[in-house]
Amino acid sequence: MSKIYYSKSHEYARVEGDIAYIGITDYAQKALGNVVYVDMPEQGDDITAGEEFGAVESVKAASDLFAPVSGAVIESNEQLIDNPRLINEDAMANWIIKVSLTDPSELDNLMDEEAYNAFCASESH
Amino acid sequence: MNDLKNTCLHDRHVALGAQMSPFGGFDMPIQYSGIVEEHNAVRNACGVFDVSHMGEVNISGPDAEKYVNHIFTNDLRGIPAGKILYGMMLNPEGGVVDDLLVYKRGENNFFLVINASNIDKDMAWIEKNAAGYDVEIDPLSDELGQLAVQGPGSEEVMEQVLGITCSDLEFYTFKEEELDGVHILVSRTGYTGEDGFEIYAEPEAIVRMWDILMESGRALPCGLGCRDTLRFEVGLPLYGDELSDTITPLEAGLGIFVKLDKPEFIGREALEKQKAEGAPRKLVGLELHDRAIPRHGYEVVNGEGEVVGHVTTGYRGISVDKSIAAALVDTPWSAKGTELKVRIRRKEFPATVTAKKFYKKSYKK
Repeated sequence: MSKIYYSKSHEYARVEGDIAYIGITDYAQKALGNVVYVDMPEQGDDITAGEEFGAVESVKAASDLFAPVSGAVIESNEQLIDNPRLINEDAMANWIIKVSLTDPSELDNLMDEEAYNAFCASESH
Repeated sequence: MNDLKNTCLHDRHVALGAQMSPFGGFDMPIQYSGIVEEHNAVRNACGVFDVSHMGEVNISGPDAEKYVNHIFTNDLRGIPAGKILYGMMLNPEGGVVDDLLVYKRGENNFFLVINASNIDKDMAWIEKNAAGYDVEIDPLSDELGQLAVQGPGSEEVMEQVLGITCSDLEFYTFKEEELDGVHILVSRTGYTGEDGFEIYAEPEAIVRMWDILMESGRALPCGLGCRDTLRFEVGLPLYGDELSDTITPLEAGLGIFVKLDKPEFIGREALEKQKAEGAPRKLVGLELHDRAIPRHGYEVVNGEGEVVGHVTTGYRGISVDKSIAAALVDTPWSAKGTELKVRIRRKEFPATVTAKKFYKKSYKK
């Protein structure tokens, strides 16, 4: 069983137990256009909720990634090194990093799908 | 300051679903179908750009040639009517006020095309330096729209779709004619490294031509996003990136457009001095060994970790599948083959100095 949480900076955390798969949302990949590079932290790096942990780059610009939750990086998605466009193909399936959660209570600060969809709708007006 | 201007085609861009963004004081289309698709259309077929944001000014009168030559680095003496020269206006320190095209319409009659972001600055500069010259200065930026039809298929599209004969136009020449009762100026110029044309006309005519092109399906609408990737790959400078009030043409590698054998022009003394002493910085190409992407403003460092320059433009190339950049670096680090590093967020990525032209231009000459 997994549950998906969303941040206002358009990252998601798909949580299974105390593990979170973090990526960018479909809304974010559409706004970015062709993804040409993903700058990811390495295994063992710590990320802190609300802080920048990498970047997703389209042809035009680099977009910082902000950690939706704090944790230690267990794995970064190496498929994205040679094939960053996987994010455009399916942003939810192609997570960027896998993290072990430090403080699951941080998830309370994030949105569920319904709230996130409403947030995106309000942003695009 | 926040009052963004619209070009005559703004409604068309919005209706096409373009991603709009401010550029040079205008709300401009960055992309329609996507930068990569639009870029490839121009390299391989034909694309059309709304470049109505560009500024225009006409300078005429008894002293027009003498005056334009006074503010322009290239040499207009002896060129025929119908010819276009690229060059720069310089400040007395040799920095670039703007880079521009000068169209010679006739004896003592010149049409200047300047950057949108510099229109106000340039007009003030042109007015100020005209003291003592018998010239008439006509600002035309608000009266003219401009289309750029670019790519190997552009000649056919111009002739077959728009009905503008242009197979007779040579590179960097132009003609003026009536099209459906409207005065147009057409030149074989562009900013993509491909064959192409630029059309100047009153806004209504520009909108009409745009609509005809869209209906034909033979020219893909292209935004400023791919205009930048296209010009960058072939080593063409963008004012604000490779050129500025504090960067000289010699530093930017544009010395061939500066005629130091002219009797005088603003900035000449400073450039003669810099040429004699050697430019302190040089614009170079950088090729990264990694996929990481160098962006405008990122620091360039040497092996000792000292900052020796900065990136002026950088991309994951589209026609060139590499992470590449133009960078302004201190001259001791500018030789081809020099190993440097680019600081990208938390890390430094090795890069080799190369030529700043990453893709070969395909002009029809």
